[in-house]
Amino acid sequence: MIPTILFYLFAAVLIVSAAMVVSARNPVHSVLFLILAFFNAAALFLIAGAEFLAMILVIVYVGAVAVLFLFVVMMLDVDFAQLRGGFQRYLPVGAAVGVVLFVELAAVLGGWKLAPDTKALRMSPMPDGMTNTEALGRILYTDYVLLFQIAGLVLLVAMIGAIVLTLRDRQTSRHQSIRVQTERTVAETLEMMSVGIGVGVKETGILRPKPPEIKEEAHAPAEHHHGH
Amino acid sequence: MIDFLLNHPVGIVILTFMKALALLVPLLIGVAYLTYAERKVLAAMQLRKGPNVVGPFGLLQPFADALKMIMKETIIPSGSNRLLFLLAPMLTFGLAMLAWAVIPVNDGWAIADINVGILYLFAISSLGVYGIIIAGWASNSKYAFLGAMRSAAQMVSYEVSMGFVLVSVLLCVGSLNLTDVVRAQTTVWFAIPLFPMFIIFFISALAETNRSPFDLPEGESEIVAGFFVEYSSMSFALFFLGEYANMILMSAMTTILFLGGWLAPFGIEPFTWIPGPIWFILKICFCLFVFLWVRATFPRYRYDQLMRLGWKVFLPFSLAWLVLTAGALLAFGWLPDV
Repeated sequence: MIPTILFYLFAAVLIVSAAMVVSARNPVHSVLFLILAFFNAAALFLIAGAEFLAMILVIVYVGAVAVLFLFVVMMLDVDFAQLRGGFQRYLPVGAAVGVVLFVELAAVLGGWKLAPDTKALRMSPMPDGMTNTEALGRILYTDYVLLFQIAGLVLLVAMIGAIVLTLRDRQTSRHQSIRVQTERTVAETLEMMSVGIGVGVKETGILRPKPPEIKEEAHAPAEHHHGH
Repeated sequence: MIDFLLNHPVGIVILTFMKALALLVPLLIGVAYLTYAERKVLAAMQLRKGPNVVGPFGLLQPFADALKMIMKETIIPSGSNRLLFLLAPMLTFGLAMLAWAVIPVNDGWAIADINVGILYLFAISSLGVYGIIIAGWASNSKYAFLGAMRSAAQMVSYEVSMGFVLVSVLLCVGSLNLTDVVRAQTTVWFAIPLFPMFIIFFISALAETNRSPFDLPEGESEIVAGFFVEYSSMSFALFFLGEYANMILMSAMTTILFLGGWLAPFGIEPFTWIPGPIWFILKICFCLFVFLWVRATFPRYRYDQLMRLGWKVFLPFSLAWLVLTAGALLAFGWLPDV
């Protein structure tokens, strides 16, 4: 009885929060509702007995992806009034797309019939007496290890691509060398001097670190870019 | 009566509530006395006396502080997002309590002895960042926002190496159940074979709980008090309690993963006379003392150094050690039977 009540509770909250994701006025509220939706989805996984998937959903989506989402959305300088301004204009198109999608889904799901022997045809049925962490591990790392590795390599390529795209040249930005910093001694950073009245201190060269040398041609486009 | 509690649906709910109370009430008293212990330990290390006025040896100081907090006015800044502003401290405090559901205090003494216990702990501790981000954003204050940004980046960074530490422990155990993790340490505590991972885990725990030397999110000398600068009264107290409860939680995790949980040292005679829960509490107290000791000893990290330590030192090291652990287990045939 309790699992049934919990199922309807979580399912209802999931649907309401999913609707709030698209209808909330404030983008930060949208992301927070998205997080609530993830949570309830994880709870539904738990009720279905897929505890590993539930935990992974929380760790990966709530703990990492949504944090970055929230991070970015909070930094955005969005004019909420302007954002809502287009609502009237886009409503007919959006509604039309929604209705078409809904009708198509209804048509597909309405005529959906399971073949009678579907259950016997499953590729990897849940083995008895095994936790689903172990069962998933067997499938990923034993049965389909090659495909898993290839998927990992594809992601690696995407990651390297992202890094290459954002890699800036080292000449225009300051970089620190931890080794140089920790190996500094008093002799090369401090100098005691007695300064006469009205004389001032002449540049000794060790009082402050020099800015990095910037080549002219590397500097010019950076300046141009800042102009925008 | 017992039959009702164990079998009837309503009875199970009541029993769970009772179990939760039996765990949370001592925990909250522990949190109160942790604040007292911190002040006393710091005072002793700085040759001061610490709180000594309220009650004998100042033992009633935590309750005096709590009473003071309750009596103060809750101030909600006019530009703030009222709902989220009040939600954030509750979230921080609630999450710190929630994680305790799976902690085994003795063999079989866990409220929920689930078979993905470690993942649950990891998930809950990775959610702690939300309380801080929401607080920083909802306060509508620049200092609070800066603190929240720092905290988000810091917690996400240290979680990665913490995950690798957990994986290498799991390799040695062959189960995600916390009770199994402790049972696997009957011959030797994991702190010995996995010593570098133990150190990395403890330092990451410091960063994860925003404790010094990684307390940049509050950094009172640069951004006043960081994410909770706008909070007062009970809303502040909930952040405070949440931070200390998280410290106890992280100490409990360190104890379970590396210091043998409720097991007596070496498993020999004079030590085994003391019951398991007492050992568990003693080990947590030791970890907490190290938390306080670190605070009294080290100056605060600079932010870029913090990021460098997380991404350029801990991440490659824990990854390499993970591969090494897996290789050693496979090469010597020490892999646990699953």
